[in-house]
Amino acid sequence: MDFSAINPAVLLASLMVAATPILLAAIGELVVERAGVLNLGVEGMMITGAVAGFIVASATGSAWLGFIGAAFGGAILALLFGLLTQFFLSNQVATGLGLTLFGLGLSALMGQGYLGVKAPDFASLNVPFLSDIPFLGRVLFQHDAMVYIGLALVAGTYWMLKYSRAGLILRAVGENHEAAHALGYNVVRVRLLAILFGGACAGLGGAYLSLVRVPTYAEGLTAGAGWIALAIVVFASWKPWRLLLGAYLFGGVTVLQLNLQAVGLSIPVEILSMSPYLVTILVLVIMSAGRAPGSLGKSFHASS
Amino acid sequence: MIQLEKRPQASAIWTYIAPLLAVILTMIAGGILFAFLGNDPFEAIRTIFWDPLFGEFASFHRPQILIKAAPLVLIAIGLSLGFRAGIWNIGAEGQYIMGAICGAAVGLAFYPTESVFILPLMVIAGALGGWAWAMIPALLRVKFQTNEILVSLMLVYVAEQLLASVSLSLLRNPDGHGFPGSRNLAQYESATSWIDKSAGMHWGVVAALIAVVFSYVILSRHMLGFNIRLTGESPRAAAFSGVNPTRMIVICMGLSGVLAGLAGMFEVSGPGAQISIDFNVGYGFTAIIVAFLGRLHPIGILMAGGVMALTYVGGGNAQAQLQLPAAAIQLFQGMLLFFLLALDVMTNYRPVRKKEAL
Repeated sequence: MDFSAINPAVLLASLMVAATPILLAAIGELVVERAGVLNLGVEGMMITGAVAGFIVASATGSAWLGFIGAAFGGAILALLFGLLTQFFLSNQVATGLGLTLFGLGLSALMGQGYLGVKAPDFASLNVPFLSDIPFLGRVLFQHDAMVYIGLALVAGTYWMLKYSRAGLILRAVGENHEAAHALGYNVVRVRLLAILFGGACAGLGGAYLSLVRVPTYAEGLTAGAGWIALAIVVFASWKPWRLLLGAYLFGGVTVLQLNLQAVGLSIPVEILSMSPYLVTILVLVIMSAGRAPGSLGKSFHASS
Repeated sequence: MIQLEKRPQASAIWTYIAPLLAVILTMIAGGILFAFLGNDPFEAIRTIFWDPLFGEFASFHRPQILIKAAPLVLIAIGLSLGFRAGIWNIGAEGQYIMGAICGAAVGLAFYPTESVFILPLMVIAGALGGWAWAMIPALLRVKFQTNEILVSLMLVYVAEQLLASVSLSLLRNPDGHGFPGSRNLAQYESATSWIDKSAGMHWGVVAALIAVVFSYVILSRHMLGFNIRLTGESPRAAAFSGVNPTRMIVICMGLSGVLAGLAGMFEVSGPGAQISIDFNVGYGFTAIIVAFLGRLHPIGILMAGGVMALTYVGGGNAQAQLQLPAAAIQLFQGMLLFFLLALDVMTNYRPVRKKEAL
């Protein structure tokens, strides 16, 4: 066993990369839940985004177009959830679970011809000057664009929820849909928009796995990342900046256990592989004090 | 413009029609999707839904349906009790795995002793394994208000890793030339749950039927069933009538854990035959759909389990004959749930034509 094989700068840098897909999916789900909707279909939307992004990217040769396709793919699947829960007033827990199963099946069908194909390159952009800073440059400034887009989404969501009028309406709809309706806001429309945004973000997260992290397509490559994104939203008490912390914590555990496996620590591989899930449970226990949006998970119908 | 209006009373007709209509709509939508992907839709639908029941090799496939339906019904019955009370155990897959591991461990510990007590001991171990795994989210929920959906789900991934671990070390077949996986229990007379292999009958099927009757009696005749229904329909009313929510969570999660663990144990001692890395095939997740498709009602779940088992057997055939990927079955199952949930709106609401208010 040789711990000196683990380079802390590389470890921290790969932590940011490992956290990005979960961060993207989680920030979308955070907005959805702040609007009062519980979408448990994140895993399904992520894998659909992974496939859609991969197909578009390998057809066009551009990873950027792939990401756009993934966002659309995730949003279209989310629309299905939106229609069922908002217009057909279906149970959100059951619909979300159905969405995950549906997404897993659909992506396996769509991805049939793409197994083992390599994704087109998505180059890291080295920020000029900053990336030459020793240590910090390697950790922070030598990533691909999606890492920064993820961070920008967190910042944007924070600003939107806290300072903008749209954010105020969204929170009102999520806290008390009866009151928001009485004030004249269109509850269903706000929620549909939030659901679409959540789907697009989950799609991006999935595509980050298939286009950057892995970077190839395999059946079931999300391996529970969507569920962890859901757990991180609870961990973050529905606050964007704490979401970032949660995603990095999880990314850190994932990367660290992979590194420990590589240096041949005497802990069995299975124990190391289950550690991200165990840490998630532990974190859920510690952070369960947060208060969920008031209308979370409840169906809204104007007449009732 | 058509609007929804809340019915004064839930429609009894729609409660029964919705699942049937959902199955038909799934076939149509599935056919369209297969056509879109370049398969012959009629052939695909016939292979999945018709051939296993009435096709040329139906006599071979019908026992298969029984084998697939048993664990689904067993797990779904347990889940439905919790779902009715608003307790969401989504991690039955993990409880199923733990039941299988514990059951198999007891059986393998006695190998090669032959005794009539071994299978009953395995049953107890399997039930306890599933129960213990379900108690983790239940107790965390009770003590720390932790979300049981997410914890039970995370535990599925943990259980999968444990399964891989025991198939590689603790329970590995010592005569297996180093290959992962346990001894084959099919050749171990005392540890096999088969009653009649050619008919697809094993003790898991019997257990599933007992569970159906048991939960029917509890829900319709017993105080516990009344409290479960009350908690689900009106938590406040339940609190006023003295229902203890903590006890409710522990009982419902515990029962569903026991049944999922039993399903896993019967599977490993019968159709599955050995503990291996990929022993679990997602029954725990499919059972969630079975529970909903069956309206959370014992008899409904029995029938829904049959339909879902059909998609497994038929889907398996479609995989072999039409080169559809295995996950296509999940697609069907997801669609079925969607259509059911969408049609469910008709149970509680009715569409009315309204003039646009000026």
